[in-house]
Amino acid sequence: MISVEELDQIAETVRTERAQGRHQINVCVAAGCLALHSDTLKGALAERAQSSGISCQVRGVGCMGLCSAGPLVSVEPGAILFQKVKPEDADRVLDSLKAPPAKQHTDLRQTPFFKRQFNVVLENSGKIDPENIDEYIAEGGYRALFHALIEMTPAEVVQEVASSGLRGRGGGGYPTGLKWGTVAKAHGTIKYVICNADEGDPGAFMDRSVLESDPHRVLEGMTIAAYAVGASKGYIYVRAEYPLAVKRLERAIREARRLGFLGSKICGTTFEFDIEIRIGAGAFVCGEETALIASIEGMRGTPQPRPPYPAQSGLWEKPTLINNVETFANVPPIVRRSGAWYSAMGTPKSKGTKVFALTGQVKNTGLIEVPMGVTLREIVFDIGGGMPEGRKFKAVQTGGPSGGCIPEQCLDTRVDYESLKEVGSIMGSGGMIVIDDTSCMVNVARYFMEFCMSESCGKCIPCRAGTAQMYDILQRITRGQAGERDLELLIDLCDMVSATSLCGLGQTAPNPVISTLRYFKQEYLEHIHAKRCVAGECRMAATQAARS
Amino acid sequence: MQAPSRKPALPSEDKRWRIVNGTMRRHGYARDALIETLHTVQQSFGYLDKQSLKFVAASLHVPLSRAYGVATFYHFFTLKPPGKHACLVCLGTACYIKGAAALVAQAEKTLGIECGETTPDLKASLLTARCLGSCSLAPLVVYDGELIGNEDAVHLQGRLEGWMGS
Repeated sequence: MISVEELDQIAETVRTERAQGRHQINVCVAAGCLALHSDTLKGALAERAQSSGISCQVRGVGCMGLCSAGPLVSVEPGAILFQKVKPEDADRVLDSLKAPPAKQHTDLRQTPFFKRQFNVVLENSGKIDPENIDEYIAEGGYRALFHALIEMTPAEVVQEVASSGLRGRGGGGYPTGLKWGTVAKAHGTIKYVICNADEGDPGAFMDRSVLESDPHRVLEGMTIAAYAVGASKGYIYVRAEYPLAVKRLERAIREARRLGFLGSKICGTTFEFDIEIRIGAGAFVCGEETALIASIEGMRGTPQPRPPYPAQSGLWEKPTLINNVETFANVPPIVRRSGAWYSAMGTPKSKGTKVFALTGQVKNTGLIEVPMGVTLREIVFDIGGGMPEGRKFKAVQTGGPSGGCIPEQCLDTRVDYESLKEVGSIMGSGGMIVIDDTSCMVNVARYFMEFCMSESCGKCIPCRAGTAQMYDILQRITRGQAGERDLELLIDLCDMVSATSLCGLGQTAPNPVISTLRYFKQEYLEHIHAKRCVAGECRMAATQAARS
Repeated sequence: MQAPSRKPALPSEDKRWRIVNGTMRRHGYARDALIETLHTVQQSFGYLDKQSLKFVAASLHVPLSRAYGVATFYHFFTLKPPGKHACLVCLGTACYIKGAAALVAQAEKTLGIECGETTPDLKASLLTARCLGSCSLAPLVVYDGELIGNEDAVHLQGRLEGWMGS
């Protein structure tokens, strides 16, 4: 068991070590940079530092965000960031400890990509070693847990979260405080807390990055939530595609248990809570909360009609709180600083910040965190740096298979739950894919429909058969085999599937079609009447004839 | 009649069954350990065969139909033995926008099989992923666990031909 004083001591030790004038060389060891062999680079840096007698600490840290410039290395103090570092660049990085860095490594932190961001969820990401609990503590970690457990009642914790205005970051946008309050009020002595880390949207990797870069933040958030709602057992449901996140979580859970942040008598109180990891097996529908619960119970991940909501009857029919990774990651700073501090950021209805995975045809790709209310244009053209040479912007896709494509004329839309809905997309979990004029929008719709068709669990007919029918029509349009009547049928099916499907997967599956029809109907019509694909992506009778 | 608590004997002397049994023991042979156990089977044996499904179902007291249902419902589980090498093309949105479909077509052509299949000589399997979450490196291909970002068709072809020739 650990006391607040000991917590301070750990933090002090880490800080003293840092203050001893030794430089720190931080190498990103999150999945993106690891795929570019940053582990070899880290070894090379440590070896070169040792052999040349330079006193410095070479550490692995979490994601620094600008994944397209990986592997990233930062040098502290000095806050210099090096991009695309190869093992043979080790000497050059080490030289920067003595002299100003060489010109080819300009300080990226001064670029709009970093300056326009505001980090709450990612505040420790890229700064601390995710495999060392002491470093999380040194950044103020687990203070919120102490504060909540010792100085607040569960009801006060719920109240604090409610006053922050935090809404579910998994995409639904349901007010988090309201959800916690419902579970707290639900009858029953056994309750569960589940962290949804089944980040299924293609093109989204916010949760992976948080788990790989700052796993303790999620554990702390879950433990505070468990205290607030009266749960004693928690599960983290992680995708099987994220082995590194699982490994870091396992380690984090072990360390948290060792210091008494999980287990019995947490922080010296009578509160008990422990967390178990459950690994998904590749089913997109398991991101839906009732399907996820079925999967944890060891069954096929098929959803249940709601009500009853999991807050009343969830895992093993007990009251269950489900939030996603980013939602839990927002909790420690809210409890530490206050709900009022959090609600000062953002727009009237969407508070705080949002993490996005910015990818596709844009110069700077990676992970970003911005206050709610910034415009899409700022994200794509300032933070993202605009289109690569010779590319022309066409749309930005948000919300994955449940979202939509937003065209140029709507780029001044502010990022908040309501505004994105108004332009026909959704906030979603945070995937943001920039599409250029070489992509055919009918084909983009077909791509997402193929996804939903094959990920439909098959339980309800509108989704199982409807997505297959819509896919078939879209396939025929892209092949130049469809007529006007098919388009009418497609629009009918959109209505039917969204109105009658059992769960979110089916209800939102038509969204990519609806949004592309709203903004890019001309492309559909050209495919149908002229048998022509302006992007040149679809191979149709007419385009083939023109080529030969 | 067998007492319900009786556990079936391990199918063979193969040590891997003990690893599988270990997972079930750790979960107290609870029914909800089914997916966790199947993960262990696939990690140990590479795929789920009939024998392993029967063994796991009997050990956890779940109907064989449930075990089979779960094994076929989740994409991660495979009922067929994998090839010696595995080529996995990510089909996430960012990869798709950057030309992953062309990579799949090239891989299918080079290996002479379709996605999800294994070459008849069991040398290589061709798989696709929904999204691996390393979208900044799109398009992404994983060769035997090694992630290669910004992949192109020429490099992919060379890599696969190397496997087939070996």
